Amino acid sequence: MNYSVRTRVLLTLAAATTLMLAGCHKKASAPPPYTAPAIAAAAAPTATITASPEAIDVGSSVVLTWRTTGANSVTIDGIGPVNLSGTQNVTPSNSTNFHLSATGDGGTAEANVRVTVRVPVAPTSGTSSNLGDTGTDAAFHAAVQDVFFDYDSSDLRPDAVANANNAATYLNAHTGIKVLIGGYCDERGSAEYNLALGETRAGAAKTALVNAGVPASRIRVVSYGKEKQFCTEQAESCYQQNRRAQFLIDK
Amino acid sequence: MRSLSSLFRCALLLLGVTCAAVLHAQDNVFTGTNTGADRVRIAAADFKAGSADAANLKRVFDTVLFSDLGNAGVFDLMSKSLQPQTQPGSPAELKLTDWSGGATNASFVAFGSYGVSGGRSTVNGYVFDTHNMQYPQVLGKQYVDAADENGARTVAHKFADEIILRLGGGLPGIAESKIFYVHAAGGTKEIWAMDYDGANPHAVTHLGTISLSPRVSPDNSRVAFSSLGNDGWQIRVFSLLLNRMIASPSGGGTNLSPAWSGSGQLAYSSSRSGDPEIYVADGNGNGARRVTTSRGPDVSPTWNPKTNSQIAWVSGRTGLPQLYVMDADGAGIQRMTDGGYATSVSWSPNGQFLAFAWDRKYGPGAPGGQDIYVMDVASKRWVQLTNGVGRCDFPSWSPDGRHIVYAVGSGARAEIWTMLADGTGKHRLLGSGNDMPNWSFR
Repeated sequence: MNYSVRTRVLLTLAAATTLMLAGCHKKASAPPPYTAPAIAAAAAPTATITASPEAIDVGSSVVLTWRTTGANSVTIDGIGPVNLSGTQNVTPSNSTNFHLSATGDGGTAEANVRVTVRVPVAPTSGTSSNLGDTGTDAAFHAAVQDVFFDYDSSDLRPDAVANANNAATYLNAHTGIKVLIGGYCDERGSAEYNLALGETRAGAAKTALVNAGVPASRIRVVSYGKEKQFCTEQAESCYQQNRRAQFLIDK
Repeated sequence: MRSLSSLFRCALLLLGVTCAAVLHAQDNVFTGTNTGADRVRIAAADFKAGSADAANLKRVFDTVLFSDLGNAGVFDLMSKSLQPQTQPGSPAELKLTDWSGGATNASFVAFGSYGVSGGRSTVNGYVFDTHNMQYPQVLGKQYVDAADENGARTVAHKFADEIILRLGGGLPGIAESKIFYVHAAGGTKEIWAMDYDGANPHAVTHLGTISLSPRVSPDNSRVAFSSLGNDGWQIRVFSLLLNRMIASPSGGGTNLSPAWSGSGQLAYSSSRSGDPEIYVADGNGNGARRVTTSRGPDVSPTWNPKTNSQIAWVSGRTGLPQLYVMDADGAGIQRMTDGGYATSVSWSPNGQFLAFAWDRKYGPGAPGGQDIYVMDVASKRWVQLTNGVGRCDFPSWSPDGRHIVYAVGSGARAEIWTMLADGTGKHRLLGSGNDMPNWSFR
């Protein structure tokens, strides 16, 4: 019974991950605000917000996706100022009403979504070590952190080696988890070459996990090159955000 | 015996002189668009409409023919304002002296008539040599096509190609060739196609995902590209004859940047062995074999279209990506670029040149721009073709080797531009959201 519930949660989380990735990409095509002509009368802003899934177990995360038009600033209660449209992972500890307000020249629009958190009788995270354990999403992201790369390099830096070793320790303790490594590059350079470089980066992270004892059969690698950026500003801090190998639970 | 040796010495001397002359000639890289004979001075008369309802189509025809001849890069095309106002519809109506003298002063004149009847356009096109009073006709052709704008464009392209073939040094024109490219909209990237002059842009695929690096097959029957699916990046193939996707084998890992040889083989990059390497397979994707073995990304192969036995590609084996050339079986590897960040190589149809994107001063904070360069394969001498227009990438040669189409800007801002292979005649074909152009083989 408990197992089937968890399976369902995992499936919905897989859908949520896909949504999150798609959302990240859409953000890149949002037009810069200064190109909007100021001559026309400002239209009233519109706003929508959705959560996927809308019900979770405590400790799991949920993907908020919001979209606004005609707004200058967007705020979500409990999160603060956010991009005009976007997605974000949140891990509420109890049932929460996410309230979004979008303010533009033409007025204010509001949208709400409620996330229900199911609190189990006994805590499930971190205590079990039996074979086939898949842990929780939150524990995974706490223990398995993305690794970042230097400019045009696919070699693991010392901090990345530490991240990879921590990740391997967690994965060795939770043998039910399969991991998906995404390789990313910053926006400079050629798109075709960057896909190959992203592949090499994800491959380097995979090699580090395999060397630390994680079976290669549990690891899948996908390169996103510069097709799906975490950050779209033209600044070194942003480029660094994009030069990474990202770890996700492969469901 | 003595006379033989002196003869030999004489021959050596002669050889030396010839070699010196050849070396001197390579002080620069000549791409063949502006060498040899002078450009042919030609005038394109407005055609004579056969009936009132043909007038609109005739205007399309006139415009397209004029632009085709202007784009060709081999003509000194007379401005319409310097031409006689007459519209000779047949040889009998043409007065050669109107065109050979005065401000026009053309060596050749293209003229004819455009008639419409029964839903068909009938075009009689002529080219006359204005200085040959006795036998002036160089070309006389009749074309029949649908009486719509598309038909008018097609006929103009065909007539232009015939003129270019006849007067432009024997190379077939490119007015009927196509350009395939990536069109970004709403978070997806689909493969699109258009005429060589930017007209008629239309979607080829509707996959709802990210598809990149379209490459059309030598016979224009298929487009191969790399597409992101549930099984990662795979080489996928769209049939232009069946107008649907056709099956192609999936390999493990990330599969990128397909490239057709003139004989129909496919080269591409695959990380099925763990590291992105170049593979060569048959046209259906079967029998793939690995041809590179170096650690680091190997990607973006392009075949020598002249021999179909050599591949140029991009490799990060020594750090920043550089251009390399090898035999199609992986032997005889030669590094072509000496530094910087070199990507996106395309081999010219005559086998002599590589066009590629190069940032020669690449690095954090470096001022370098990424521009299109052309390199002579034999001498490794290069020329820069673009400068100061933003980041240029993905050059692709036209079938006649006289033009290069390329992308300016990147991501959602990318535009598609074209130029002559000597860097002149740059103009935009498509605005933002269009990237990775690939010119058809014919």
